Amino acid sequence: MTMGEVIEFIERFAKVSDAPVRTGVDVTSVRRAGDGYHVTTSGGEIRCRTVVIASGACNRPTVPPFGDAVPASVEQLTPFDYRGPDGLPDGGVLVVGASATGVQLAAELRRSGRPVTLSAGEQVRLPRTYRGRDVLWWMDASGLWDQRYDEVDDLTRARRLPSPQLVGAPERTTLDLNALMSMGVEPVGRWAAVRDGRALFSGGLRNVFSLADLKMNRLLDTFDEWARTHGRDAEVAPPERFAPTRVPESTRLRLDLRGGEIAAIVWATGFRPDYGWLDVPVVDEKGRLRHEGGVVDSPGLYALGLPVLRRRKSTFIYGIEDDAREVVDHLARHLAVRP
Amino acid sequence: MTTVVNGVNVQALLDAREALKGAPEAAQFTWRASSTWQNGVHSRTTIQNFFGLGQEQSHKTEAVFDADHPEVFAAEDNGITPIEYLLVGLASCLTAGVASVAQNRGIQLRSVEATVEGAHDIRGILGVDSDVRNGFNDIKVTFTIDADASRQDIEALVAQSQKRSAVFDALTNPTDVTVEVA
Repeated sequence: MTMGEVIEFIERFAKVSDAPVRTGVDVTSVRRAGDGYHVTTSGGEIRCRTVVIASGACNRPTVPPFGDAVPASVEQLTPFDYRGPDGLPDGGVLVVGASATGVQLAAELRRSGRPVTLSAGEQVRLPRTYRGRDVLWWMDASGLWDQRYDEVDDLTRARRLPSPQLVGAPERTTLDLNALMSMGVEPVGRWAAVRDGRALFSGGLRNVFSLADLKMNRLLDTFDEWARTHGRDAEVAPPERFAPTRVPESTRLRLDLRGGEIAAIVWATGFRPDYGWLDVPVVDEKGRLRHEGGVVDSPGLYALGLPVLRRRKSTFIYGIEDDAREVVDHLARHLAVRP
Repeated sequence: MTTVVNGVNVQALLDAREALKGAPEAAQFTWRASSTWQNGVHSRTTIQNFFGLGQEQSHKTEAVFDADHPEVFAAEDNGITPIEYLLVGLASCLTAGVASVAQNRGIQLRSVEATVEGAHDIRGILGVDSDVRNGFNDIKVTFTIDADASRQDIEALVAQSQKRSAVFDALTNPTDVTVEVA
């Protein structure tokens, strides 16, 4: 779906559901009041018995603390500031992070003719298409997206998983590290520190690539297994395996940020939620909402749309449906009990 | 299901992981070593005590490590060179990781062997060429593992072991080091 289609979809949903949508309104505070909540907004006060928090997990870009030690001559941007290659000063760009955002920005900046260095930590490598089908088709059809939060081995880890290296382009091209290196993007290891104006990168890039390759292959094995055991082999192309991520002979461990080689740094180092407006003590020491499958630890308070809230697909617009049904069931039961 | 016996008490590790989630202060350890100059480039380092889980701890016995330089460096070779101790640390840390991860994943190990090679251009430490670094240029570890598992599973063991290795991290990432005179 294009941006326009997504907007149209949401507008249509608002019309069909006939909910009283108020746009352009900031919620500045939610606090407990009596048997419900008092919501303060830029458009007035609201009293309610229940609140569903659906503000997402990507409200603020995260930048590692050593960003402060980057010399002032280098411009620093987050994905919230970035609008395109033209907005950056002339010269090389260091993109930090190789998840969905980082790989897409690195590709776009490289295509604009700039030298691009990409600092890569742990990453989720995926082919755009597999056996002739979009990889998301496989995720959905094989039941992986439906895997529930109480079936996942390590839920904390599943919820923290970086976004996969996928780009939604009409050509359905794969945008993994191999593709980026073929374009001339130079990979370096995870950025560990700044010392004397130099960026210091981890020497562990090889293992980061191995882990990404191993995990991708394990996932493709489960797709193959599913297709075989469910009699779907005939409708898709034969199994395929992709070349391992090419590890450069040697990667740079240091980069002088004062030397002029790097004009700008784009931090694609993830996002975190912002619950600054939530005056209910339900946020843990890492700034995450404490909830059990969307049922927040405060009566009548709920959440939707967070990573693996109830299923692996919880953060997708289409994936929220099953979650919403279960969370709203709970909410309706809560409302049915008169205080 | 057969019981996998690699000699690692994974349950204790998993319990510790759970317990330390709510007690980060107990997870703060200090490892210590004391070294005494012998003669020439020969030194002797002893290790016995450390701090962790909120109190002083002690190894069962004191361990003694002699470090020296080989005869080709015109020394007496009373022990391995200091930089070789890094290889000892890396090999043993990764091997411990392989055993732990294998136990946790239910993989029976029969043998685990590792060879570690560190490429070192000694022109750095001799001050021959200021462009040459003092430390290793690169390190290569090769594991030979016999286990009840596919090659892919064994590769995953080795990858996970690197991911959770203290020494791999200490060697691949910068560490703030303070050296002072008491």
